Parts: sequence; C-alpha cells; structure tokens
Amino acid sequence: MIEIKNINKSFGDNNVLQNISFKFEKGKTNLIIGESGSGKTTLLRILIGLNKANSGEVLYDGRDFINLNTKEKRKLRQEIGVLFQRGALYDYMNVEENIMFPLTMFTNQSHEEKLHRVNDCLEKVNLENSNKLSINELSGGMIKRVSIARAIVMKPRYLLCDEPNSGLDPKTAIIIDNLIQKITIEGNITTIVNTHDMNSVMEIGEVIAYINNGEICWSGSKEELINNNNPELNNFVFASKLFKRLKKI
Amino acid sequence: MKTLLLHLGQYFIMIRKVFSLPEKKNVFFKQLNQELKKIGLDSLGIVTIISFFIGAVVSIQTAFNFESPLYPKYLIGYATRESLILEFCPTMLSLILAGKVGSNIASEIGSMRVTEQIDALEIMGVNSASFLILPKIIAAVLFFPALIILSISIGIIGGWIGCQTVSITTASYLYGIKYEFSSFYVSYCLIKTVVFAFIIASVSSYFGYYTKGGALEVGSSSTRAVVYSSIVILIFNFILTDLLLG
Repeated sequence: MIEIKNINKSFGDNNVLQNISFKFEKGKTNLIIGESGSGKTTLLRILIGLNKANSGEVLYDGRDFINLNTKEKRKLRQEIGVLFQRGALYDYMNVEENIMFPLTMFTNQSHEEKLHRVNDCLEKVNLENSNKLSINELSGGMIKRVSIARAIVMKPRYLLCDEPNSGLDPKTAIIIDNLIQKITIEGNITTIVNTHDMNSVMEIGEVIAYINNGEICWSGSKEELINNNNPELNNFVFASKLFKRLKKI
Repeated sequence: MKTLLLHLGQYFIMIRKVFSLPEKKNVFFKQLNQELKKIGLDSLGIVTIISFFIGAVVSIQTAFNFESPLYPKYLIGYATRESLILEFCPTMLSLILAGKVGSNIASEIGSMRVTEQIDALEIMGVNSASFLILPKIIAAVLFFPALIILSISIGIIGGWIGCQTVSITTASYLYGIKYEFSSFYVSYCLIKTVVFAFIIASVSSYFGYYTKGGALEVGSSSTRAVVYSSIVILIFNFILTDLLLG
C-alpha cells in the first residue's frame, strides 16, 4: 500500500498540490484523474522522488520515502516500476537490452537467467521474439509495452504509470489498460495510474481519486463515479456530448 | 554574478555525484569502451586532416617570414615543432574537439534528459550522473593525450610536405625539428591536454545534464556547451601556461 499524507507542493507562488492525503490500495489499480495541469504528474513525481514536496509524507508500506537516506531510497526504488508517458526507453539499446538493464545493474544473475526473465516479461506484454528490435522500429503501443516489460522485470511491489495511453488509439489503449490490470492482480502489487482518459477509467478504475486545483475533490470506485453528484467531477468526466448522453441513459 | 555562482555550484554538485564508484564494474567498462570509440576513435579523422594541413601551413608561413638569408633554414622546422607542441596541438585542437565532442556529449545527455531517460535511471536507483558522465570524462582524459601526440606527429609530417613546396631541404627541416628539443614541452602539452579533456567532457555533460524543456533546449545546451567549454579552455590555457612556463 502507498499512503500519502498532507502533501503540499508549490512552484514559486503557484500552489500545485494542497494538503493531499490518500491511500492507494494493494492489489488494485488506483487511478489519479484530473484535467491537464491539475497536478497529477507532479504528485506522481513526488511519489517517485523526482520532485520534492514542500511538506508531507509518502509511505510505501509504512516506509517514509521522503525521509529515507540515499542508500535506502535507492533500495526502495528497485521495488518500484515506473511507466513513463513517453516510454523513456534507452534508444542506444535494443528491446532486450532495455528490459535486461535493471537486472544487469541490480542482480548477479547469469546471462541465461536474465534472458529467461526478459522473455517471460516479453511474453506477458505479447511481444515475443521482439528481443533484437531497436527502439526506433517500435510503434507507440509497442514502446508502452516494452516499457511495461522493463517496469516489471524486477518483480516490483509498486507500479506507477504516467498517462499510459497518451498518443495511442482506443483499441491499443485498452490493451495497455488490461495489461496493467492483469499485472496488478497477478503480482498483487500496488498500481497507480495517472490518466485523463475516460475509457481507462471505465475499464480499469478500481480506486479513483479526482484532483482538481491541486486538491483531491472526490474519490471512489468507477460505479460511484458514474452516479456521483459532484458538479466539477461531472463536468470533467462527462465533458463530451457522447458521455453526457450516456449519463442521461 | 548570481547565475554564475549558481552554475558553478550545480557543476560541483554534479562532479561530486559523478565521482562515485560505479555500481557494476562490467557495465562501467562496457560504457567506457563505447565512449573511447565515440569520443576518441571517431575523432581520429578530423584530427589527422586538421593537423596535417595546419602543420603544412605553419611551415610555409614560417618559411615566408624567414626569407632573409641571415636566418638559418632549420629554424623553419624548429618553429613548426614549437608552434605545434606548445600551442596548436593542445589548445587549438582542444577547441576544435570542444566543438565536435562537446556538442555531441551535450546533445546526447540533453536528449536523454528531455525524453525522461535520465529520470528512468534515477528511479531504478542508478546514479545517473556517474553512469552517464564518468565514462565520458575518463574516455576523454585517456584518449585525448593520444590524439594530441598523433596530432603533433601528423603536423610535423604536414610541415615537411609544406617545406617541399618552398624549397626547404628535408635535412634542414629535420635538423630544425630536433634542434634544442625540450621534453618538458611535451609534458606541458600533455598536462594541458588532460586538463582540457576534463573540461570538455565535464562542462559539456553539465549543460546536457541540466537541460530543461524539449528539442530546442537540447540545441541551445549543445551550443552553450561548446561556447563555455571553449572559454574555460582559454582561461585554463592562460593559467597553466603561466604556472608551467611563466
């Protein structure tokens, strides 16, 4: 479980996050939703230590990430898999080398053991036999899947995904969503997904937190989301005419 | 002034992060091997061409200025050697390498920064500064002296070819090349080269590592890397010359 307590973050005079507290549950796909610029990415960057909060706590199963020393932080980071918005794959490595990289850096496994694990992960993301492809040969969906494979190769306890569907067509986006959910359930890991894609919300949203103006204004399940009475949330979720019509039905 | 201090502070913080023990020695040596090729071997062509022609031009210009029969002809070889060892090879060539290697380093690291590859390294628990920059600095410091020795040799050959065009005999030129040779000048040249190699690799890495934004900023980081590396090289050229020869 990941718990955040009273997180505050500002850039100059701009208060991006204000007193945010939330519990992200283990074995579930936790979604952070909100408009662009609402503070979702900043919150995720605070969770993984790329941005520093002005105040507050980030607890990974009780371990206060912000106050850990560098060595402890590095150790904890090896338990966290991160899927970046644009994949963040190393373009001078091929698919296999990208996925194998964390194993090479942090384990003493033989090449055969590492290769076996890489092939396992590639199978999970339906990219068997893509080992030798270079990164510039991959489509947007394949980049995301390779990134997921790299994120799970160390069998993480926590998976954090920033806009996993950005730039993908709806069909591929659903494949990625289902993949994230499958990995979460199989590994019983705590997954947090940052998204503003309503298809994702409806597909995999088990625990949803809605951020607006730097505050968590609403939280609940996708069923509760559909029947909610929060006007701001409704404006965001049912922004399109199609969704408005569906809501009426 | 405040900005300069900020940059200096950030630079030394980065350097402190860079000089930590590599997490995996075999990965480090693999990286170092790649950097030796990228930074060193890939610069052989340009170094050879520039050194040859500069050597030739220096000898022709020296011959042109020493036309008076009062000057012995071997002075052309002597002046060519001294110009190449004392200034052209260590300083001018380092400035050229700052353009070639420095811009390459800054744009490579800058691109990794804006595409979140460095963030991905940090999140995995890898010391990104050490992982990316240390092999580049070591490769530059190891290989640049070899490049400069090669440059001096090629420059001297170029000078000999230049002499053939202005009717200076090979014997005179070679006598001048050997005349009053001081091995300390080579040491001075190599000391300068090692310092300049460190400056090129570290300053360029700094501008790449702290790139913010997108593709445009990568371009401007690359330009700034070349400009500031060149300025710092010129400042240290003055300091080292004053310390070692002054």
